[in-house]
Amino acid sequence: MANLDPSPTDVYTGPFTEVAATRLLWRAGFGPGPGDPAKLAALGLDGAVASLTRPTGPAQLIGAAPHDDEGHPLDPINVWGDDHCWWLDRMVRSNQPLVERMTLIWHSWFATSEQASSAQLMIDQNWTLRRHWLGNFHTLLVDVTKDPAMLLWLNGASNTKFSPNENYGREMLELFTLGADRGYDQDDVHQNARALTGFTNDWDNSGPNNFRFEPSLHDDGIKKIFDQRGRWTWRDSCRLAVNHWSHPSFFLTKLWGYFVGAPIPADTQAALERTYVESHFEVRPIVEAILRHPLFYEGPKLVTPPIVFTAGLLRGSRQTITTTSWAWIAQLTGQVLFQPPNVSGWDYAQWLDTSRWAGRLEAANQALSGFVLNHEKYPYGEHETNEEALRRALAFWGDPKLSDETRARLLGLGRRVMRGLTATWQLPPALNTRQNAYRVLIAMSNDYQAR
Amino acid sequence: MRDAFPRNCCDGFTRSQAIRRVLASGKPPVAREWDPRMPIPAGVGIDRRRFLAGAAGGLLTVYGAERLGLTDRMLGDGIARAAALQPANGPILVSIFMQGGIDALSVLAPAGDPLYAKLRPTLAVAPTDGIPFREDPSLLWHPSATSFASLHNAGKVTVFPGIGYADPDMSHFTSRHYWEVGVTDTSVMTGWMGRYLDVVGSKDNPFQGLSMDGAMNPTLATATAPTAAIDQPDNFNLYMSGLWGDGFEWSLQLLTELGDLQRRSHDPAIVQVARAASEVGVVRRTLLPFQGANGTPAYTSPVTYPTASESDLPQRLAGLAAMIAAGVPLRCVALTTDTQFDTHSAQAPTFDTGLQLTADSLLAFQNDLEARGVADRVLVHVWSEFGRRAEENGSDGTDHGAAGISLLIGSRVQGGMIGEFAPLTNLDVNGNQKENVDYRGVYCSLLEQWFGQDAAAVIPKAAQFPRYQLLT
Repeated sequence: MANLDPSPTDVYTGPFTEVAATRLLWRAGFGPGPGDPAKLAALGLDGAVASLTRPTGPAQLIGAAPHDDEGHPLDPINVWGDDHCWWLDRMVRSNQPLVERMTLIWHSWFATSEQASSAQLMIDQNWTLRRHWLGNFHTLLVDVTKDPAMLLWLNGASNTKFSPNENYGREMLELFTLGADRGYDQDDVHQNARALTGFTNDWDNSGPNNFRFEPSLHDDGIKKIFDQRGRWTWRDSCRLAVNHWSHPSFFLTKLWGYFVGAPIPADTQAALERTYVESHFEVRPIVEAILRHPLFYEGPKLVTPPIVFTAGLLRGSRQTITTTSWAWIAQLTGQVLFQPPNVSGWDYAQWLDTSRWAGRLEAANQALSGFVLNHEKYPYGEHETNEEALRRALAFWGDPKLSDETRARLLGLGRRVMRGLTATWQLPPALNTRQNAYRVLIAMSNDYQAR
Repeated sequence: MRDAFPRNCCDGFTRSQAIRRVLASGKPPVAREWDPRMPIPAGVGIDRRRFLAGAAGGLLTVYGAERLGLTDRMLGDGIARAAALQPANGPILVSIFMQGGIDALSVLAPAGDPLYAKLRPTLAVAPTDGIPFREDPSLLWHPSATSFASLHNAGKVTVFPGIGYADPDMSHFTSRHYWEVGVTDTSVMTGWMGRYLDVVGSKDNPFQGLSMDGAMNPTLATATAPTAAIDQPDNFNLYMSGLWGDGFEWSLQLLTELGDLQRRSHDPAIVQVARAASEVGVVRRTLLPFQGANGTPAYTSPVTYPTASESDLPQRLAGLAAMIAAGVPLRCVALTTDTQFDTHSAQAPTFDTGLQLTADSLLAFQNDLEARGVADRVLVHVWSEFGRRAEENGSDGTDHGAAGISLLIGSRVQGGMIGEFAPLTNLDVNGNQKENVDYRGVYCSLLEQWFGQDAAAVIPKAAQFPRYQLLT
């Protein structure tokens, strides 16, 4: 395994415990499988981070291939929801979880919805984002700008010199590179849209195809973008945006927010901006610094995004995709892959309300659906103590840690369920109820959902 | 095979259907069978007090307790306690957000203006197609807005044809945020209705601020007051794998109690999860009487609402009318259209369908409220984050604009036009219409005239905005 370069900013120096390793696995991946925190903790901080940021060889998908409720392989191109399940499966089974997590970050950053294109184009885009996972942001921006799903989503393919369409030109500055009103105005948007003219595609019965740059549709006149004049093209547009003074701070603040619950300190921001600019927009050194930063481990918790929560339930309980209900459930939780809510992606600050909480309960129910205890005989023995029952339920999810307060409340419920039984036939149903309740309550506890 | 243009690939897969199907999981979906024992809590003529008396007693015992093993106390608790804190027959404000920036120049078209035809060569409403606007016959309602036109002709719609704010921002997210928080400041994190609830709301009634988008609506973001998000009242139907009866009730109670405890945590992420868990308990208890078998509503509507495979907006409004009539203690309610009106290309089909559905749904909602005898308590505010560029863009669409259109609908509105149509001869430097009514002035007027609330406690610098006479 490759060694990490020294971090340009503060590094966490506390003990790299299983608790720290667990946070790393939830934030840089999709939660731990059974035994993963101990394995990762044994590598130490640098080793653990390098195992995520510098994996060797292609990713392996561990465990059974995904299938639908009838046992058929997924058909992500043609069946609604199978695309969601296809990617969820990679999140659950990949041995390179940060690759998938970064792809998810770019999917929200460059939010594109299949509502405007097709599952095929969305999956093509997904591979583009995955290929760039910790690569170079400038190159990523170039590839996103000419990506067919994006060209349809933000009207890049209908932006011509005869009829400029500002949609991509505006969102590229506002959402992808600079931030709203940070050093540009409406005239820059308009001129940027002119620079971006020229992409087009054809349509036939099978949908959009033949995406290309058509010089005759490009406005090759002089444009003035950010006070710089030239016959700018779409490549210049990308170059000017990442080299704008307000891009590095936008990039760092935004990327930091995906990983850490506290604001980025000014000295960290300055050091990382310098690294980012000097490396010509390399992402890996920045992520490696964030994953080693003291605030990553000592800062406040983050609410686990719904798709991470869902994948985490399955990883923790050693399950794979055996139903496409996950696509329906994702709607209830507020995060359907390939269908971000709008062009700015998902709102990472507000994942929960009563409705989405109920959606997460559906996810927990689905993860438990093959394991409901309703036997006439309790399978783990009728002498199981309350503590043993709770340990067993924790083991079901891969031994997540609960706060003392949550633990005490759960044990209180266990006592309540077992209290006042008057006949021996009442014992197995009560034991079943206790175990069923512990499993769903652990997954729905506040401790489990905020990491 | 997937449709080549999957904009409608979700036929048979709308959000409401998705929710219904998932919520019904565990039981095979069956056609609704009418159960004669099932109460119609939102029925016409059942007044608030009688409903609440029923909710605490016989009505729910039959329906809820039998099926779910609940005690009367648990059922009556949430709604009765919340209702006790709410003034009887209090006013309700419903916010309808037409997301994406609706093209005001198509909703109300200056069809007689030659400049309009020039700016809109493909998108202009034809002079023969529209419906004349009462105050100014040179303006035409779009043919898809007949329901708005008839409500307006009946004096039940006030129209703001040139609403916005100075120095307009053309970003969806910035402009929408300004409208949501009631101040042109990107750092404000509470919604304007949310701040009103922080001033007057109760500590234990999440229904005072109800989002019906299946997710929290930012206009209702509060600092302290509890709020709730649902989709429709009939499908907030919780269950837990392998649990029923006491085991289920105790488990849910444990989660809501952990929510109550841990929402006081110093960690904001724990607070966010715990708040939702804590509010889930009250929401569920209150909505039980609205839930029929297999996720179907236990209420009926006295009017017919439109149906659409792409949107459940009409069904959400039908559920809202039922909740209002039943005396659920609502104050501020927010809904977002499923239609995205961000029509950069091929505007007509999206715009026409979306506008028609929105207008027809709101007409049905008004008729529903009138039939139930509660229309005087309700005011509907329809808005969008901006209008669109006066000149169409060449992709048969329109880019982001500035001033736009807003409506107030209800039995007590003054029913005319406030402000004026923003003339096409006087566009701003970006070619957008200029505002002549400030949206913050409308918020201040709503707070003062509808809620009797000093606007200064809710809207920053309230004194500097004009007031408009909104009610009769």
